[in-house]
Amino acid sequence: MFDDRSPIYRQIADRIKADVLSGALKGDEQVMSTNQYAAFYRINPATAAKAFQQLVDEGVLYKKRGIGMFVSPAAPDALRAQRRESFFADVVDPMVAEARAIGVPLGDIVRRITETEERG
Amino acid sequence: MKIDVNDLRVDYGDVRAIDGMTFSLDAGKIYGLLGRNGSGKTTLLSVLAGFRRESGGTVRVDGRPVFENGAVTGDVCLVRDAGETIGIGTVEDALYFAEWLRPHWDAAYADALLDRFGLRRKANVKTMSKGQRSALGVVVGLAGRSPLTMFDESYLGMDAPSRYSFYDALLADFMEHPRTVILSTHLIEEYSSLFEEVLIIDRGRLVLHEESQTVLARGTSVTGPAERVEAFTGGLTVLDTRRLGPTASAMVYGDLDDARRGQAREAGLELGPIAMQDLFVHLTEPAGDAAPAVPGRGARPGEPAAPAEPSGDAR
Repeated sequence: MFDDRSPIYRQIADRIKADVLSGALKGDEQVMSTNQYAAFYRINPATAAKAFQQLVDEGVLYKKRGIGMFVSPAAPDALRAQRRESFFADVVDPMVAEARAIGVPLGDIVRRITETEERG
Repeated sequence: MKIDVNDLRVDYGDVRAIDGMTFSLDAGKIYGLLGRNGSGKTTLLSVLAGFRRESGGTVRVDGRPVFENGAVTGDVCLVRDAGETIGIGTVEDALYFAEWLRPHWDAAYADALLDRFGLRRKANVKTMSKGQRSALGVVVGLAGRSPLTMFDESYLGMDAPSRYSFYDALLADFMEHPRTVILSTHLIEEYSSLFEEVLIIDRGRLVLHEESQTVLARGTSVTGPAERVEAFTGGLTVLDTRRLGPTASAMVYGDLDDARRGQAREAGLELGPIAMQDLFVHLTEPAGDAAPAVPGRGARPGEPAAPAEPSGDAR
């Protein structure tokens, strides 16, 4: 289920962040419990708890004692801002490098982007 | 149950199976016990279960000695690789015997597990397949709910669906009824995500005791042009290096901070994780030589290595 490229708990945290970004998880919505995640991914509950702790530390989730974990209302905007900041380094630069490596002119890329923009 | 092992030694005649082991395990966690064949896993578990007496050093379970101590052994369960079952009678008889032996036995849960593993109550244990006997051992181990439950390669002969059923049942029941669980296994890839902490032993000695996510975070593969890999890994603990023409891939064990990772990327090196099984192979290699020095090995996670000689500190 996991690609082994990063610790399991980071992958779980990334998946929850992706759900927050896509709107699948909304502000103040309760997320599944550590135990549910542990059972689903067949991992030690302490490992799942690590993912949740990381998200609490980053302000994506907050804890209601005795009830569970909830999405911080500010999390969607904060995550979007974060992603915007690293967008060029994470997405555009590697794409440009790949285009250069295989001989795709950058002008073609710009044209494609413009066409996509025009199609809406 | 909490476990404290201090300078444990076990000898079989003039063969030393456990050679000065010191560690402590907190209650309520799942531990992985990894070691090559003959490394002392079964001997260690047998001592913890009170099946075998230590030759030297001390073993305490919840602060009490285990050997010939009924007050402790009733709370300890070791499921051996052949399944902890008597070889006579039926499945029903085996469960009856287990219920009589185990103060925390949950008969309804045992029934549910029999269904889950497709075991018939009237089946004769002797004529069951190896995998079915292992599954029965798992049923006995789980339904016993012993505060210290140990499974010693309890998957032998079990097919993949049955093993997955075992992992699912173990996790679910552990979360419902937290207890100390020790899993000894050679199926490291399948098991490693179940562990909270991992102990690696080699030739009767403790090589590493650490949170398993920390172990995984410490392992990094560094791949790229050989001379750049060599320059980057100078001064680091390199467990193994493989070459493919001009490319080298080094297995590094140790914390790499963001600055070091940045340097690697700038040098055009590719960093990747290392699976627990690969780390295990190289932490216990080569056979015949002493185990490599490992940063972070210790009696407790993160602590420095314990002295090999008796410290006189019998906790």
